[in-house]
Amino acid sequence: MNIAEELGKKQKEISVAEFFERNKQILGFDNLTRAIITCVKEAVDNSLDACEEAGILPDIMVEISELKNDEYKIVVEDNGPGIVKSQIPHVFARLLYGSRFHSLRQARGQQGIGISAVVLYSQLTTGKPAIITSKIGEGFPAHKLELFIDTKKNFPHILKEEMLHWEKKSGTKIEVFVKGKYIKNRKQSVYEYLRSTAIVNPHASIILIEPDGNKIIFERVTNEMPNPPKEIKPHPYGIEIGMLLRMLKEANARKISNFLANEFSSISIQKAREVLSKAGIREEMKPSEITLEEAKNIIEAFKKTKFLPPPTNCLSPIGEELIRKGLRKETQMLSPEFIAVNTRNPSVFSGTPFMVETGIVYGGNLPSDERVEILRFANRVPLLYQEGGCVITEAIKNIDWRRYGLEQKGGKGLPYGPAIILVHVASVNVPFTSESKEAIANIEEIEREIRLSLQECARKMKIHLSKKEKREKARSKFFLVAKIIPEIAKKSSSMLGRDVPDVSRIITKIMNVIWIEDEVSAKNGNAESRLYITNYKNKPCSFVLYLEAPKERIISISPEPAEVRDRVIKWEIKDIKPTEKRELSILLKGDEFENNIYVGKIDPINVIGAEKWEGEE
Amino acid sequence: MINVQENLKKIVEKLYEDMVDGKIPSVELPARIKSNIIFDERYRVWKYGNEKSLRSAAVLAGAVSLLRMLYTIEFINQMIEQKKSSTLREMYYISEGWGEAKFESQDESDKLAEDLEILTKALREDFKLRPEEDGASIIGNIVIEEVTRKGERKKIHCQDDVGDSGYSIPYNVEKDKIRFIEAGADRIIAIETGGMFDRLVENEFDEKSNSILIHLKGQPARSTRRLIKRMNEELNLPVIVFTDGDPWSYRIYASIAYGAIKTAHISEYLATPSAQFLGITPSDILSYELPSDKLTEEDINALNAELTDPRFQDEFWKEEIKLQLEINKKSEQQALAKYGLDYVTDVYLPEKMAEMGYEI
Repeated sequence: MNIAEELGKKQKEISVAEFFERNKQILGFDNLTRAIITCVKEAVDNSLDACEEAGILPDIMVEISELKNDEYKIVVEDNGPGIVKSQIPHVFARLLYGSRFHSLRQARGQQGIGISAVVLYSQLTTGKPAIITSKIGEGFPAHKLELFIDTKKNFPHILKEEMLHWEKKSGTKIEVFVKGKYIKNRKQSVYEYLRSTAIVNPHASIILIEPDGNKIIFERVTNEMPNPPKEIKPHPYGIEIGMLLRMLKEANARKISNFLANEFSSISIQKAREVLSKAGIREEMKPSEITLEEAKNIIEAFKKTKFLPPPTNCLSPIGEELIRKGLRKETQMLSPEFIAVNTRNPSVFSGTPFMVETGIVYGGNLPSDERVEILRFANRVPLLYQEGGCVITEAIKNIDWRRYGLEQKGGKGLPYGPAIILVHVASVNVPFTSESKEAIANIEEIEREIRLSLQECARKMKIHLSKKEKREKARSKFFLVAKIIPEIAKKSSSMLGRDVPDVSRIITKIMNVIWIEDEVSAKNGNAESRLYITNYKNKPCSFVLYLEAPKERIISISPEPAEVRDRVIKWEIKDIKPTEKRELSILLKGDEFENNIYVGKIDPINVIGAEKWEGEE
Repeated sequence: MINVQENLKKIVEKLYEDMVDGKIPSVELPARIKSNIIFDERYRVWKYGNEKSLRSAAVLAGAVSLLRMLYTIEFINQMIEQKKSSTLREMYYISEGWGEAKFESQDESDKLAEDLEILTKALREDFKLRPEEDGASIIGNIVIEEVTRKGERKKIHCQDDVGDSGYSIPYNVEKDKIRFIEAGADRIIAIETGGMFDRLVENEFDEKSNSILIHLKGQPARSTRRLIKRMNEELNLPVIVFTDGDPWSYRIYASIAYGAIKTAHISEYLATPSAQFLGITPSDILSYELPSDKLTEEDINALNAELTDPRFQDEFWKEEIKLQLEINKKSEQQALAKYGLDYVTDVYLPEKMAEMGYEI
């Protein structure tokens, strides 16, 4: 027997399942803590995707219990559309079996590895089968299956199946038994993953029951479903040779020109002809006749041709409103003073549409001397690992945050300060750095969009901080009046052994302004804004005061204003006497409000706490 | 004799009366800026002019400063009554207990002491506030009588009764502390750096040239300047100033001869208008071919500032400063060592002093 034959005997096909058995780390099962998070993550992502496709507001329950040392039972139950019985084994117990592998659209899962990898991991570590229960609607029975994966054949093996009655209208429940380790309160934990998930999925309600029985509810903040993303055809700029050859082989069109115009986005029949003439190919040729050489020429011609960007309705942003709500809800206990959000228009990298959304939470009880917290998301899935190797982190490092009021050594690197930075990248094909989908590759276009979006938020933050600083300045004057002047009076009189002089007139003289202080407080889901006006001038004053407020949100105003316009309330302040105080307040729907106060019919130099009104009187 | 406590009380009364009258309390001070120093013909020194700045409680900084003034006055009164004294640094630490009036830095407490001097026309020493600076030292043919802390009078011959580092100048050099018994020297040479002072001492230049050598220790302390002035006036000794050849050293000379901007209110106590500058001049750098450094950005700015400084408005200084900007060089006193250790005492100083009309 020669050597080649000798070796040939040893070479045998490795099944996909066997391969993953040996390479657990690729899929996020590299250590016991992470394994639990990955199991929850895969199941929850599937539930959210399924609910979204079916237009159902997700109610998801995650329960984790410890059975014995390092062995846990994980149950994830949803109210999604359910899975037909014949598909259940393939979905859960067969790797690389997915509905979305060949489609271009924004979705959480894509390769069809996730949940079957969880099932595989459970049978490898505890030897127990996964139990799946699913019901597809009213009047249907629920099916319960116990499944194994035959790792040699990569094929489901059904141990047990039964029909049963399930109270739910529809839904799916998965139970797996895995080796793992449950950690609380760390940046990388099930709790943290679900908290982040809740922020970017404000339409979902998620319940977590931890092994110690502790129950956490992440409440739904909106009943609006995100727009379901549409599938799109590949764009000529993003296509690679292998993909093109496969498409040519499967093509239905008889002429290559029609094939190009039908199977790609942004290629009209004229554009198709232009490409073909550049590639030196007759437009009557059959797609199946195209040689490898010719296919390469087509790709070259694509590069030399101008195309419109791909359609972007395939993307489903969360939207500024909902990001704000999500952030507000999940940072409530920190009572932040400011939240800015921004959604960029869709953009394209090598033919793949993507878009970026960002948010910044500032102040309150956030620690001001620590590194900012970064929340990274790709297609609404939180990224917990590999922060250092991610384009999001890179983009944050490339901004000079000192200009916007955060600390940053030398204007480079991760900023410090009381802030949380959220970045969401949505795309039909997120360019991850590896199979475990924990970091996004450093692609110039994506980095740029993140940077621009964050700078937009940062600018808003800076404006807020400048306003705050102005107020502080005014306060320092107030402090002087309230504190230092009486001290001077007290000290000088005691040194001379005489009576303490009355300084109220002096205080009015020094202030010599109309003093406006304001505050906003949340009141059972509404926002209440209060303005306090004090006349520290030595004569009575009259002026007009404007407060920006969207008319549709106003519940009540006190006292009666002179006028309520679409975006602004106008009060006449008449004859306020020296040292007199007056109070104005409004109640608004929604808990989000920032006071913007303006004055008219008075020189603004005489007013502290309001800007000059530039609009019509 | 000024009654210090009386004058301090007037400040407190002014602030109090303001408030009784419903006025915002304030005090008026001369503006302490370069453009507000004018030449006082009578004393031939530079003093504050008529530009006033108002320290008013209408702004936070002003109000805090007035409150501090009150606390400081109270503190000075206590010291006068208890016959104690303290350093400015000690006062800075004592202010820890003054609440809102607490000093944020020692700079502030020093400035406030100067403000009070200006307002009361008294000297810091009258407030029982001592500077931190240790005085410089003297070597030369002069007998000084010092009243020690025990109240004894001690006669000190500043060559025979001292070591090589000389007699140390105390912070108070007024007549109640120091008197001049006799002086056999012909003149005073004030020297900027310790290295050069020690060189002249080692080369016995005090004896050879029959001069009193005074080490200035950089920018001279008030007591050093006051002592030079007293020697100049009471013993009729001419004063020669010998420094490095850079803009900062010219300011040292100016503070001796004309008064410093910070202490312009007491220039007539501190300045010696007849003091002459010997070198190192920019011309010396050229004519003695001295080793030199390039001027830095700060040097150039300082030289340009001196061109507009009223104290440097004579032909000699204008020409020398312009020359220095032109050659873009500065040299240290010790650069003379290029020609050997004795060169400064054998050649340079005798030559330069001969130019000034002093025969050694």
